[in-house]
Amino acid sequence: MTLIGWIQILTFCVIITALVPTLGWYMTRVFNNEWTPLSPVLRPIEIALYRMGGVDERREQDWLTYTIAMLLFHVAGFALLYGLLRLQGVLPFNPQEMGAVAPDLAFNTAASFLTNTNWQNYGGESTLSYLSQMAGLTVQNFVSAATGIAIAVALIRGFARASARSVGNFWVDLVRTTLYVLLPICIVGTVALIALGVPQNLDPYVEATTLEGAKQVIAQGPVASQMMIKHLGTNGGGFFNTNASHPFESPSTYTNLIHMVSIFAIGAALTNVFGRMVGDQRQGWAIYAAMGVLFLAGVTIVYWAEAAGTGILDGLGVSGGNMEGKEVRFGLAMTALFAVVTTAASCGAVNAMHDSLTPLGGLIPLFNMQLGEIIIGGVGAGLYGMLLFVVIAIFVAGLMVGRTPEYVGKKIEAREVKMAMLAILCLPLSILGFTAFAVAIPSAVASMGNAGPHGFSEVLYAYSSQTANNGSAFGGLTGNTMFYNITGGLAMLIGRFLVIVPAMAIAGSLAAKKTVPKSSGTFPTTGGLFIGLLVGVILIVGGLTFFPALALGPIVEQLAMRAGELF
Amino acid sequence: MLRELRPALILAVSLTVITGLAYPLAMTGFAGAVFPDQAHGSLVVRDGVVVGAANVGQAFTSDRYFRGRPSATTGADPADASKTVPSPYNAANSMGSNLGPTSKALSERIAADVEALRRENPGVPVPVDLVTASASGLDPHISPAAALFQVPRVATARGLPEHRVRAIVEATVEEPLFGVFGEPRVNVLALNLALDQAASGAAAR
Repeated sequence: MTLIGWIQILTFCVIITALVPTLGWYMTRVFNNEWTPLSPVLRPIEIALYRMGGVDERREQDWLTYTIAMLLFHVAGFALLYGLLRLQGVLPFNPQEMGAVAPDLAFNTAASFLTNTNWQNYGGESTLSYLSQMAGLTVQNFVSAATGIAIAVALIRGFARASARSVGNFWVDLVRTTLYVLLPICIVGTVALIALGVPQNLDPYVEATTLEGAKQVIAQGPVASQMMIKHLGTNGGGFFNTNASHPFESPSTYTNLIHMVSIFAIGAALTNVFGRMVGDQRQGWAIYAAMGVLFLAGVTIVYWAEAAGTGILDGLGVSGGNMEGKEVRFGLAMTALFAVVTTAASCGAVNAMHDSLTPLGGLIPLFNMQLGEIIIGGVGAGLYGMLLFVVIAIFVAGLMVGRTPEYVGKKIEAREVKMAMLAILCLPLSILGFTAFAVAIPSAVASMGNAGPHGFSEVLYAYSSQTANNGSAFGGLTGNTMFYNITGGLAMLIGRFLVIVPAMAIAGSLAAKKTVPKSSGTFPTTGGLFIGLLVGVILIVGGLTFFPALALGPIVEQLAMRAGELF
Repeated sequence: MLRELRPALILAVSLTVITGLAYPLAMTGFAGAVFPDQAHGSLVVRDGVVVGAANVGQAFTSDRYFRGRPSATTGADPADASKTVPSPYNAANSMGSNLGPTSKALSERIAADVEALRRENPGVPVPVDLVTASASGLDPHISPAAALFQVPRVATARGLPEHRVRAIVEATVEEPLFGVFGEPRVNVLALNLALDQAASGAAAR
């Protein structure tokens, strides 16, 4: 670890923290349907969309109607994307003449982008046409992000409102998030990325003659426009196979920084939106602080582990840290930071090959995902996931003192706690269940790219990533098989919708409750005690659930590596 | 529920038009007009021939050129298209090795590379980036130490004095912004182009 490395990491933290109140202010106005500086341009488009879709923007929905609207939108989106992938061979914008995507791969890819996971069983430059990348993947990058944000906002409204029947209108939240939040930031960011060297074209692949006279075919495409939304929307599905480590996706340290800031910006600012909407910004900062503690701990461990190198390099007397699967222009510090950012948020873009991380360096991304990506988290998904943990933490605090727990003026009762537990339990069920299933099937075991405990980690990582809707991978695992395409697709759908539906049920039941005035017996939820309790609950729930599986993978591998064992 | 069906269909299609066609195509048009070089991949042209892309690494095997990092990319086997064979720096199929820290295959590969480099330049510590495969298989850079490590070999192969070659390397090193942001690095293609240019300049004199 170097001082310069840490200066870069802390600079990133300062940028994000500065964005929290600014972006939080703006997004709160968007979600409250108030005037924004962009309204003169965007309002006419917004009204036109409502008119075409027959949406009455003043009509609000109860939680169930809101959820059904969201699900119907996903069915339509799934059909469009699946159809596009299957038909890409006969559609335009296909200079490389890519053929139709196979049915199981198309199912996996459609599930993957619909759920904001962006697991890549496809190889971008070798499988997809430009039309599939733009009208298929880019679109779902936008709307799956907007959906996550909409759900989080609906849940926030549940906390903020009193004796209300409705939690907002899904169509309005979807359209306003896309038009006012995602699109403007993407346009500005795309321009910056292009200026910094990210390609944006519809050209056929270029054939270069290298200095040594060999032929090099260089993939092209509309890369920059997809890069921006893939990070801003915490989607993470790469234009190219190796994602943001590809020099066209991220040619410099500046593009790397833009990517990382984009990944965290909205998720971090949503804590501030929460604070503003419940009428006390300190509530948002407390949640942000709990996230920050877990985040910095993760970065420290990964950076230390990668800088310490591996047993193989030590044995040969090569120093300089573990550079296998990393790029020189990012170096150790920015790679460690990216690995934690992308798994703390539910992004899944990578600027290094996670499969080649050291055992402990790979453990943190795994654990981040298994916690449900609540450290900043996916846009929206992170905040509603964190609020589920808040419900549990408040419940635990209530048990300790023997009072009905309250949070931001709402009594937390049996229904909310049950729903929160249901949502939190579906993660281990899917992650551990599918992993156990896969390692019991010889053909699935044969997909492992590495032997020994690392092979097990590959499978555990695959289902952790897909269930948590992350999308990054230990890429040595051959995931493009019938078995992994189908089980992985199911894991993604479970991890997305079995969390969203209970979260929406909580939103509905909270909205209907009266607000209870603060009293001397109210547990303060803005101080260090609450932050500590919340971090403790997260680590205990996550630790107890996943420690045995982690012990079989990265932990035993770390011990084996230090003992000089190879597989 | 039926009331929500119409917006589901209409918005799925109209948001596809806005975010999937209007946005990327407008950006493509803008990029081509304002940043034509970057938009098309920052291609490097020498004597009218595209010799590569400034940000994409390419394979160098000759002793006369500086080499980039090991690359794990593969390509279709020319003899049998259903199989893949190693094809370093295949810029149409990016790929890392995905070998883990306790992999026997990784250990053997690194050991062989270290041994070869120690033979080439004995007594000098082997820079880690010269024996580890990059994430994309297309890393355009090496560390300054990795470039300096190769100076004796390149100088011998070209019949140039070492200090001349070292000066070219030092002129090509890119430093971090304010000494903090980024990593010191050398673009291998840029370095080799500078080397070729220096050689042809010398020949002309």
